[in-house]
Amino acid sequence: MNDKLQQLSAAVTEGLMTRREFVARAAALGVTAAVANSMLASTAKADGHAKPVAGGTFRMGVSGGESTNTQDPAGWASDVPLATGFFWGEPLVELGEDGVLRGLVAESWEGSADASKWTFTIRQGCTFSNGAQVTAEDVMKTMERHSNEDSKSGALGIMKGIVGMSVEGNNFTCELETGNADLPFLMADYHLIIQPGGGFDDPTAAIGTGAYVMEDFEPGVRATATRRADYWGGSQEEVAHYDKVELIVLNDATARTAALQSGQVDAINRVEPKIAKLLDRSPNLSVKNVSGRGHYVFIAHVDTAPLDNNDLRLALKYAINRQELVDKILQGYGGIGNDMPINAAYPLFDETIPQREFSPEKAAEHYKKSGHDGSPIVLRVADGAFPGAVDAAALFQQSAQAAGIPLEIKREPNDGYWSEVWNVQPFCASYWGGRPVQDQMYATAYLSTADWNDTRWKREDFDAMLLEARAELDEGKRKEIYSQMGRMLNEEGGVILPMFNDFVDAISNDVQGFVGNPSGPQMYWKTFKYTWKTA
Amino acid sequence: MHPIIILVVQRLALGILLLFAASILIFAGTTMLPGDVAQQILGQGATPENLANLRAELGLNDPPVSRYFNWLGGVLQGDLGTALTNGRDIADSIGGRLKNTMFLAFWAALISVPLAIFLGLLAVRYKDRIPDKLISAVTLTTISIPEFMIGYILVYWLAIKLRWFPSVAIMNDSMSLFEKLNAIAIPVMVLTLVVLAHMMRMTRAAILNVMQSAYIETAELKGLRMLTVIRKHAFPNAVAPIVNVVMINMAYLVVGVVVVEVVFAYPGMGQYLVDHVSKRDVPVVQACGLIFAAVYIGLNLIADVVSILTNPRLRHPK
Repeated sequence: MNDKLQQLSAAVTEGLMTRREFVARAAALGVTAAVANSMLASTAKADGHAKPVAGGTFRMGVSGGESTNTQDPAGWASDVPLATGFFWGEPLVELGEDGVLRGLVAESWEGSADASKWTFTIRQGCTFSNGAQVTAEDVMKTMERHSNEDSKSGALGIMKGIVGMSVEGNNFTCELETGNADLPFLMADYHLIIQPGGGFDDPTAAIGTGAYVMEDFEPGVRATATRRADYWGGSQEEVAHYDKVELIVLNDATARTAALQSGQVDAINRVEPKIAKLLDRSPNLSVKNVSGRGHYVFIAHVDTAPLDNNDLRLALKYAINRQELVDKILQGYGGIGNDMPINAAYPLFDETIPQREFSPEKAAEHYKKSGHDGSPIVLRVADGAFPGAVDAAALFQQSAQAAGIPLEIKREPNDGYWSEVWNVQPFCASYWGGRPVQDQMYATAYLSTADWNDTRWKREDFDAMLLEARAELDEGKRKEIYSQMGRMLNEEGGVILPMFNDFVDAISNDVQGFVGNPSGPQMYWKTFKYTWKTA
Repeated sequence: MHPIIILVVQRLALGILLLFAASILIFAGTTMLPGDVAQQILGQGATPENLANLRAELGLNDPPVSRYFNWLGGVLQGDLGTALTNGRDIADSIGGRLKNTMFLAFWAALISVPLAIFLGLLAVRYKDRIPDKLISAVTLTTISIPEFMIGYILVYWLAIKLRWFPSVAIMNDSMSLFEKLNAIAIPVMVLTLVVLAHMMRMTRAAILNVMQSAYIETAELKGLRMLTVIRKHAFPNAVAPIVNVVMINMAYLVVGVVVVEVVFAYPGMGQYLVDHVSKRDVPVVQACGLIFAAVYIGLNLIADVVSILTNPRLRHPK
């Protein structure tokens, strides 16, 4: 099978087969889309004829920027700030397209036997753009700024488990309340860009260890940066090949595609699934999609009537036609979900968990068993909940109707949706961007004490399993525990998860070396660093 | 003192009162919207702790009335304050945006106003004949199509197919005037097509109204050419209504073009305001609101003064 696969992926690299055909053929060989994609990535990279060229300007048209954006990493929440942030700054580590951590500011890291103490060794020769060598002190200060009691950082939630930090020579050590085998993954968070003195003096200075130095930053409009000569990662022939990178904020989908088609930009994010196939046909550009960990959900509070009744939740889970949603809302750019927030893009995913199928009969059966009085179940939804949310809710309503379950759709305004509806109302549409590892996803939204427990899933046995898996260094055992947790949510959880969305980007054919990263769009915003342009 | 100066002074005083009232309305409106700036900044990353810290830092725990008066105190001393969301100086940020908005509005007005009036005159000259009908049909069509649609159509042809102009209107200070004009070519065309009909139809109607008068008949009987009659005798008497509608359209070009800004990613005031409203950044919304209100008040004042100046009966009241 392996030979066959390699043959196939070579065919793609040589342009004899499209990426989608490859994934389909690979699936026939019993390989999941995620594995197939990363397989393809490694072949493309190893391909000899692609030799990087230094120089030129890389221009991106990106959605998800506002004139309210700041250069302080603590306040980043949308795509543009973090895309520009990676120009000038780097966290300790980054998550590669193969799901493996790579060191950036940290050269290496090591955990204690019970995973409760982690030590990161700071890379020698890694300098800030102001010329100073990064010290372990800078790293500790940065972590403090995101976790101390005055912290206004969006990373505060993930820093909670850290109880002590210390510096010894070149090493930064953090101690945890309970063991966490995945701690290094948390350090890849985009808020945790290492700043001189932790950024306490001037959080918006945009001084970091990145390959580029900010030249211009107009919030919600554009950002430009130029290559540093003294970047620790190497010369322009080796990495960060462009002389200059430029980002233009293009929130309007048509404006983005037009800018790419007219050659004003070299790459765009968020191609609308509706037009992706059409766009792919235009000359001089290609649509690139990568299966990710992000998912679109309908979330029910498990402690609020009527959905505190598990039979009613099961009825709804059986009543949603997942394949139809993937076909019509994502136009095939995504995969079906299984009422748990984990898919094959996560490490330690158990492929043997049975997939829940659409079954009006089973739905009707559970609905009858629930004894629901027949009053309509109110589902709140807004266009901003996820792209196509209102249409998805309408499809859900129809398929539920077929099982005799009355759903009432209440449309809410986009404005204020995240503060007034999500995590407040008992049943609504939402999305999750996914997290690099299972532990973080569960800890963010399914732990009893999690601030973002948007399904009000509070189960001591589940929490205990999460903590057990966290400190378990034996991967086999961890996988087993995660599998049980997934099954538990699948059977009893408040999350109705019909689909995982792909990240759909488009790039000009001049751009070489593009490899999708399941963590986010545009190689998780590293396109500027790992691609180059043919002259 | 001349009555016009008295009028201007009165209007300006009233304008300041109006601005004050507008600022209260905007403040109350933005404060009433669900959620606050801290929640909007942190979004899905909010926890009770970081929300509380951010609120404390931004001074959101003060009662709204004292926040309003703090803001007002600053404005009266010429200090618009800093944006809550990113701590940038509001006067600086708005300065650049306002310049861009005015630049776009200026060029759009420079092309559309003379063109609309000329087409209006032409329509009168060939009333009910083919040129008149053609002008009306075309301009009414373009005003009826949503502006983003016109934008997309022009982008498709002029930017993607022919590649004459860029599809995205990027502006920065290092660009020469010619580069800037090239960048805004398509947006200016869109705006011109959007505002043309209103002004053209008003010009046509106002002049036709005057053309019914006896003195026009006299002028015709003197043997003057039709265009001369229109230009010398009809147009001056039709100026007042035309100026009014021109001013309304200029105000639109300054404050109402957010859709065009989004389609062309043009860094003007509209997008800036919308972003800050959705983040509940009250000081910025206030500042934008004041500028927009001042533009309306100012242009209306100009329209009134011009109407008076062109009308001898109002210019020399008994």
